[in-house]
Amino acid sequence: MAGTTRRAALGAAIALVALPFAAAAQEEAVAAAIREQVGDAPAEEGGITLRAPAVAENGAQVPLTVVVDSPQTAAQHVTAIHLFATRNPTPGIASWRLTPLLARAEVQTRIRLAEEQRVIALAQMSDGTLRRAAVEIRVTTGGCLS
Amino acid sequence: VSGGLNAPRLRAPRSARAGEVVEIRALVEHPMETGIRTDGRPGPARDMLTRMTVRVNGEVALQAELRNGMSPNPYHVVFLRIERTSEVEFVFADERGRTTRASARIAVG
Repeated sequence: MAGTTRRAALGAAIALVALPFAAAAQEEAVAAAIREQVGDAPAEEGGITLRAPAVAENGAQVPLTVVVDSPQTAAQHVTAIHLFATRNPTPGIASWRLTPLLARAEVQTRIRLAEEQRVIALAQMSDGTLRRAAVEIRVTTGGCLS
Repeated sequence: VSGGLNAPRLRAPRSARAGEVVEIRALVEHPMETGIRTDGRPGPARDMLTRMTVRVNGEVALQAELRNGMSPNPYHVVFLRIERTSEVEFVFADERGRTTRASARIAVG
């Protein structure tokens, strides 16, 4: 009995220590995935819209739209859009490399989310600047990722 | 080689006015197994489409690297400006080097 209690207490203590550690590791994985794509350039908010449902019924098929304000000319266009999941087993969703042949700097797709989390979109512009948007999405049924 | 992969299904208008912006939808049936799904026992082996290339008359308009967070049966909607009769092609590639493609012709004039 006492052993069980002690084991339970020990388990709880490990969980308390492990939880923030896991969260920190996940945060670092997201930061590393972002760095890998765009380096350490500071991102501006604005000029980019991330549209997704506030609540996704099915985490395996979450509709999502990224729109960047850009004339999409040779001189001024979006060169890449990157999407990151902050609480999936791995943060990478996709990177799209755009050209001015794309009339609108817009991508509509469907993504997979394991649980409630924030999704981050980054847009790299042809002038070297970086734009950022994020959205919180609640998930009713997780996307079968683990 | 394209053995085993389903061809993408494209939805595009058959015709457009010169300079018109048209919507193109692409769906490719694929399980997009990440290889990290377990449910307690070993799960399905990794099997992912990881590259998508969209070309207009042979010229690259969009290229994508698809990662674990993409849904099964990857779906995309993109917008292209069509100046002349054009061939729009979507090519997907998996990590084993297999590819699958589909194209649509949009007539102008």
